[in-house]
Amino acid sequence: MAGAHTHPNYVKIWALLLVLLVVSIVGPELGIPWLTLLTAFGIALVKTYYVAAYFMHLNFEKKYVWFLLLISAVLLGVFFFGVAGDVMKTDGQNWQDCISNNTCAEQQRYVDGQLR
Amino acid sequence: MSTQGPIATNRSATGIPTGRLAVWWLLASEIFIFGGLIACYILYRLNNPWWSGEAVFTKVPAGAFNTFVLLTSSLFIVLAHDAAEKKDVNRAFKFIWYTIGGGLVFLLVKYYEYSSKLLTDDPELLKTPLTNTYWSFYYTATGMHALHVIGGMVIMALISFDLKKGHNLHRVELIGLYWHFVDIVWIFLFPLLYIAK
Repeated sequence: MAGAHTHPNYVKIWALLLVLLVVSIVGPELGIPWLTLLTAFGIALVKTYYVAAYFMHLNFEKKYVWFLLLISAVLLGVFFFGVAGDVMKTDGQNWQDCISNNTCAEQQRYVDGQLR
Repeated sequence: MSTQGPIATNRSATGIPTGRLAVWWLLASEIFIFGGLIACYILYRLNNPWWSGEAVFTKVPAGAFNTFVLLTSSLFIVLAHDAAEKKDVNRAFKFIWYTIGGGLVFLLVKYYEYSSKLLTDDPELLKTPLTNTYWSFYYTATGMHALHVIGGMVIMALISFDLKKGHNLHRVELIGLYWHFVDIVWIFLFPLLYIAK
């Protein structure tokens, strides 16, 4: 077990997570882009913190476990930004914008919206 | 903690019991599996604004209900862990099966969602993994997540009967860590696939 520690009130943490869930659903309904980002994705990070810190007992775990998980997330960031330029920058001599000129392979399988 | 089982179960050279450290390593590797998929999804989503027209076909109430179910099942498994620490095997057994029940409800909702997209006669509503890249991501991400839910339920069921005999109580915490991670993955899939239109 994660060492001797005082157990948090799990039901209170769960209730807080449900409140955050409601906010993450209602916020994007208002249709404001920055509020959608904040409520949908910002609150996902807050919910993750509460689940990890209290349900997974990371707050009572050896500190190096935080580093183990954070290093994984950082390496994922390296992957993300390593390929982002290639995926996102769709201009240049060798790029074809198949979406705009309707030549993508997956579009070719459809004729008038119907699968061939 | 039970003192039964192989010595590696209780060895603690790292300050963490070996079994728990192994689960942390497993979860670190899972970050790459789901994180890589989510990172690719975000990149393609940013590059394909038309995906918002596909996202409207996901059912937000079903996704929200499933988030509620997984958060509640996370509460159940942490209560099972708490009971196992206190060596209250009956209470731990009960909460493990409540958690399995949560997983089952999650899968039934997922079945409802999948069937409404795959078994419909309406070509407008028919969304298969081959419809376009958005739906390829949708089925890959939610399908892989559902497989993790099924795996967790099977392991919990196996653990529960050992637990009932008073053996290997520490395993409740280990499967709990895994289950919370599955919950966290859904916490990210829900806004990405359902909410962001």
